[in-house]
Amino acid sequence: MSHAATHDEHHDHGPEAGIMRWIKTTNHKDLGTLYLWFSMIMFFIGGLMSLVIRAELFEPGLQFVQPEFFNQMTTMHALVMIFGGVMPAFVGLANWMIPMMVGCSDLALPRVNNWGFWILPFAFGLLLSTLFMDGGAPAAGWTMYPPLVLQTGDAFPFLIFAIHLMGISSITGAINVIVTILNMRAPQMTLLKMPLFVWSWLITAYLLLAVMPVLAGAVTMLLTDKYFGTSFFTAAGGGDPVMFQHIFWFFGHPEVYILILPAFGIVSTIIPTFARKRLFGYDSMVYAMASIAFLSFIVWAHHMFTVGMPLAAELFFMFATMLIAVPTGVKVFNWIATMWRGSMTFETPMLFALGFVFLFTIGGFSGLMLAIAPVDFQYHDSYFVVAHFHYVLVPGAVFSIIAAIYYWIPKWTGHMYNERLGQIHFWLSAIFINVTFFPQHFAGLAGMPRRIPDYATQFTDWNVISSVGAFVYFVVQFVWAYNMIVNCIMKKGEPATSRVWEGAHGLEWTVPSPAPYHTFEEPPVLDESEVQGAHADEHQHEVQGKPA
Amino acid sequence: MASQSGSYFVPAPTAWPFYLTVGLAVMLYGVAEYLNGNGVGSAPIVIGAAIAIYFIFVWYRGIIQESESGKYSAQVDRTYRWGMSWFIFSEVMFFAAFFGALFYARALSLEWLSGSGDGVLTNAYLWAGFEKEWPSNGPAAMGGDFEIIPPWGVPFLNTLILLTSGVTLTFAHHGLREGAPRGRVVAWMWATVALGCIFLFFQAEEYVLAYQELNLTLESGIYGSTFFMLTGFHGMHVTLGTLMLLIITLRLMKGHFKPDSHFGFEGVAWYWHFVDVVWLGLFVFVYIL
Amino acid sequence: MEKAKFQAAAAALLAAMAGVAQASPYNLPKGVTELTQEVYGLHMLIFWIVCGIGVVVFGAMIYSIFAHRKSRHPKPADFHESIPVEIAWTVIPFIILIGMAIPAAGTLIKMEDTENSEFTIKVTGYQWKWQYEYIDQDIDFFSTLSTDSNEARQLGSGVDVYKVDNYLLDVDKPLVLPVGAKVRLLLTSNDVIHAWWVPEVTGKKDAIPGYINKMWIQIEEPGVYRGQCAELCGRDHGFMPIVVEALPREEFEAWVAEQGGRMPGEDAGPPQMASAARVAAADIGVASEAGMSDAGAGASEPVGDAPAADQASLMEQGETVYGNYCSACHQANGQGMAAANFPALVDSPIVTGPADAQIQQILQGKGAMPAFGYLSDMDIASVITYTRNSWGNDAGVVTPADVAAQR
Ligand code: HEA
Ligand code: HEA
Ligand code: HEC
Ligand code: CUA
Ligand SMILES: [Cu+2]
Repeated sequence: MSHAATHDEHHDHGPEAGIMRWIKTTNHKDLGTLYLWFSMIMFFIGGLMSLVIRAELFEPGLQFVQPEFFNQMTTMHALVMIFGGVMPAFVGLANWMIPMMVGCSDLALPRVNNWGFWILPFAFGLLLSTLFMDGGAPAAGWTMYPPLVLQTGDAFPFLIFAIHLMGISSITGAINVIVTILNMRAPQMTLLKMPLFVWSWLITAYLLLAVMPVLAGAVTMLLTDKYFGTSFFTAAGGGDPVMFQHIFWFFGHPEVYILILPAFGIVSTIIPTFARKRLFGYDSMVYAMASIAFLSFIVWAHHMFTVGMPLAAELFFMFATMLIAVPTGVKVFNWIATMWRGSMTFETPMLFALGFVFLFTIGGFSGLMLAIAPVDFQYHDSYFVVAHFHYVLVPGAVFSIIAAIYYWIPKWTGHMYNERLGQIHFWLSAIFINVTFFPQHFAGLAGMPRRIPDYATQFTDWNVISSVGAFVYFVVQFVWAYNMIVNCIMKKGEPATSRVWEGAHGLEWTVPSPAPYHTFEEPPVLDESEVQGAHADEHQHEVQGKPA
Repeated sequence: MASQSGSYFVPAPTAWPFYLTVGLAVMLYGVAEYLNGNGVGSAPIVIGAAIAIYFIFVWYRGIIQESESGKYSAQVDRTYRWGMSWFIFSEVMFFAAFFGALFYARALSLEWLSGSGDGVLTNAYLWAGFEKEWPSNGPAAMGGDFEIIPPWGVPFLNTLILLTSGVTLTFAHHGLREGAPRGRVVAWMWATVALGCIFLFFQAEEYVLAYQELNLTLESGIYGSTFFMLTGFHGMHVTLGTLMLLIITLRLMKGHFKPDSHFGFEGVAWYWHFVDVVWLGLFVFVYIL
Repeated sequence: MEKAKFQAAAAALLAAMAGVAQASPYNLPKGVTELTQEVYGLHMLIFWIVCGIGVVVFGAMIYSIFAHRKSRHPKPADFHESIPVEIAWTVIPFIILIGMAIPAAGTLIKMEDTENSEFTIKVTGYQWKWQYEYIDQDIDFFSTLSTDSNEARQLGSGVDVYKVDNYLLDVDKPLVLPVGAKVRLLLTSNDVIHAWWVPEVTGKKDAIPGYINKMWIQIEEPGVYRGQCAELCGRDHGFMPIVVEALPREEFEAWVAEQGGRMPGEDAGPPQMASAARVAAADIGVASEAGMSDAGAGASEPVGDAPAADQASLMEQGETVYGNYCSACHQANGQGMAAANFPALVDSPIVTGPADAQIQQILQGKGAMPAFGYLSDMDIASVITYTRNSWGNDAGVVTPADVAAQR
């Protein structure tokens, strides 16, 4: 402790050694790294679970697992991927990049930051341990609808508490992000000069604060319904099972934007870099994200068109949902306008960002189809929905994470990845993700329900293709892991310059690669050329008095 | 930006959060096994809770020490303010879930079960004869007949108590800001803590009454569910709030806080006002309407 | 360059999707009701609209990727905003959306109109079967996965599922409906949420315990239409199919007569399958369904216990009950499923031991086995008798009175 006690007086030395470094660290870069490793492990666990699903669905008939185990896999796959994979990955990126992007020494609340991370391994420890319990893991879907979820065995309280813990983690993370952004920016970094990744996280953090507590409340009611005799979700006592769905989706729909807004931020950062052209429509990008966030609170019941809502409610939720296409469209158009008459090169991060724009848009289109209530009566709970959300989640959220890591890892480790392997990784991923999920549209339209371990023979063809795609896609990710670990982390790759990419702008590129353990002890002076948005012009006025 | 070399205070590495999490996880594991009836016993709950509480205490003590040794610049103070406000916002959303359940049950599910609106068939086929009323324990009269706690007795008194405690707290705050004698500020604080305790005492009395005399329990259908969950979580927040008030009172007595810098005090005050406002919501929507 | 190829391929794929969508059975079925056809039209409309948008958006993107790559376009332009353009691409999508919303709203409104239906069927979901009560015809039965499929679908059954007729989409007793009649379906559930979905006949709707949802169908073509439960409802969610058989009106009437029911307006015949109706009612605490339909559905009287309580009829009824309620777990051959911890009933100590224990277990359930207290005394007595005297078991008769005594 004597070492530590003096630490806060001098930030100029590196971390302590050994495991305790990681347990005790309050450094945003260390914690960012921890988050990313954690997320990667979870992605692989969740990926393995999806392979169990895909293996069983390879052909009709039950070959490998019992139906209840299949349902456990579906449920855990989704929980692990969403709460253990994508969300921590985004938080990890926020940890690494936000302080470097707004020009401050660390996140505002470093100890809370440490807490937020260390909750996660325990939360997932509790959750994953249920796989070995009496009655197995939760099997009622990640949506946990009662009354079915109340039939869960010993796993039940573990599920609930794990979600409570994840909620605490997300809330602490969100508060930290908000406070850092609002309070810790370098002096000239006005809100409308912040990199869009920072903006996207600010908005995401508000979504988290608003909805994670609601999820906590919802699962608490499940807990008391099961163990303490309350009747929130039982008609006999005056409750309603559908009430859970309303509360859940009030969380759940904003949640899916929590999974995509930081991705928008990442893509808005990468495309200008490789187009060598300033982001088009910075302000409208910010407003679009804000509108998406706002709208996300009033569309939740599009997941529930079939529960038998009154007609007026169905109409309202249908219209509100369709509206989201407008601000999302603005974003897509802005990205294309950024590319337009730019001078593009296609390094791996750019490839993944472009893959994102294509495939996310396809997912958005199917989302729009789902929003049409009368047709959703056909699509709902079929593989069409599964195809939709994997398009927005895998080549959407996950591609953006991959792009971000390719983009920033030279800054983190000081070493370049192997570009050739990166290109191979992209093309194989892009091809096989489509092989995996495109056929699911057809299976769904033809009538295959989701969450089934076995299916009628006419769905076989699409499922075979999908399963093959899933296995190849999974294996391909090891190319990436190899590339990252050997070339960047083990430093076999070429040393990176501080700017790394020719067209990159932003404070993070003004420091050496690898970035020093403590980046901006003193607030940096913001140079106009590092500002991403339209407001660079204003900045120019302020700083240099030159006309735009 | 007062402290070291003009930069923001960055705390030393620390394992407190980690140990706190260990405690929480052990405790939750214990509770889960208890709920499952697996005979693990109460040891994990007690040990886990003890670890967690100990490290919350240590952590908080650390913050106080840092604060008192002048490490917190105005910027750090702002951090805490923003942090606390948004934390309270998240708490508001937690209560929103339960209020949402209450409104949903009253405006929709009971309506449908009793046959209005879209519920004609539901009522006719499944719950014939059930009529909407509030309070309600549902068509199956879960938990049997019960009576409710009349709002204008103790709950009203409790409302007054909480409102008064808000006032006494504000007096203390003003005193602190204006540099009033410490004794006076402390006295207002003790009054606030006392009011918090009295509130809790009455609330406990009400629960005993409800369980023993009125047959109003968690099992009393949707009324019992929403009533106890809302008032229960509120009560837990009051308990926490009272504890926090107690701590800052003790800190005041030790001479912490300055007229121009007392975030620790203000944070608790905000929290207390939040708890107050939630109660007003409860009083109106749970007790009166 | 490669990139451009890929995008060209993506565009081709999209076009291929469009092609496939038009012609093949891999698209949404057009269906055999006015509504499903309208929905199909709507689906195709929206699909083409988004394809159109896709062509424009992806086209622009691909062109830019091709033309504005560094090797061809080394010097980037430096524009980065344009208010008119931004307004345009906010307003135009909005207008397109309105164009989609109007027909969508029209169809939705039509769907919700369940007025003037000719008769009503109450559909109740169970883990994992469907119950159909023809309120007006006084017919009532359960519909479960057919035995063929059920055997084939077991883990490691060794059966070639391609050889099973309509694997997983076949039931023992389909829902039979007349062509051309507007039929109202009332959906509810006995345990967890299920959803009733037959794509060619109608979109899905959830069956929610404690609540009734309604929808209507009017099938225009005779035929057999298949669907599945569409809401995760536990272990055998994938194994509770729905089969609808649409018959010409006369054949339907013949079927009704054969089932011992009657068409609305006919004299009340002898109540036949009434016990399950009473069950469903009693289970959820409803006194009577009278008043719900003018044809007097209240005629469902309890089946008397006494007349049928000899062993032969107990065995016969017991076999049906067993098939409906028990064989999903304990299997038709009484061997259970060791892998899933469903004990064999053959030589089971409970089945061969004192009857009271078994009656209790059926009434109360145990562990993963649900309680069946909602079955009638007769049903329970018969199924117990059946288990006690089948597959080599020989443990005597249990009468409804024995069961009643244990309640
Ligand atoms: C990252 C996550 C993510 C994102 C971003 C989205 C985005 C959208 N989603 Fe998706 N959705 C999920 C994740 C996501 N979804 C998940 C996980 C589920 C299933 C949950 C479960 O049940 O388990 C789901 C389910 C789901 C449903 C319920 C389906 C059902 O169960 O029956 C619906 C219905 O409306 C829907 C709609 C939409 C819409 C309209 C969008 C829109 O935001 C899309 C907007 C984008 C575009 C439209 C493309 C770009 C726009 C243009 C190029 C402009 C021009 C376009 C037009 C004018 C059309 N989604
Ligand atoms: C983010 C969320 C996410 C992700 C990434 C995935 C990824 C995959 N999912 Fe997922 N899936 C869901 C969310 C997700 N899924 C949800 C919400 C459901 C609904 C559950 C329910 O019904 O309740 C579902 C359901 C679902 C089903 C339907 C099951 C059913 O209805 O019964 C299927 C079937 O094929 C499937 C398959 C796959 C496959 C093959 C992948 C493959 O893409 C997996 C391969 C991926 C990897 C191997 C990870 C790669 C990424 C990395 C390696 C990054 C590493 C990170 C760092 C270094 C930081 N999923
Ligand atoms: C959802 C699955 C399920 C269904 C349906 C079901 N059972 Fe069971 N049954 C079980 C399970 C599981 C057990 C073991 C219970 C235990 O011991 O915990 C069991 C045990 C039994 C036993 C005791 C066997 C022994 O040796 O312990 C009998 C008798 C029995 N069931 C009869 C029936 C009858 C009759 C029906 C239908 C009316 C039925 N079961 C329906 C799952 C089911
Ligand atoms: Cu019944 Cu799924
Ligand atoms: Cu949604």
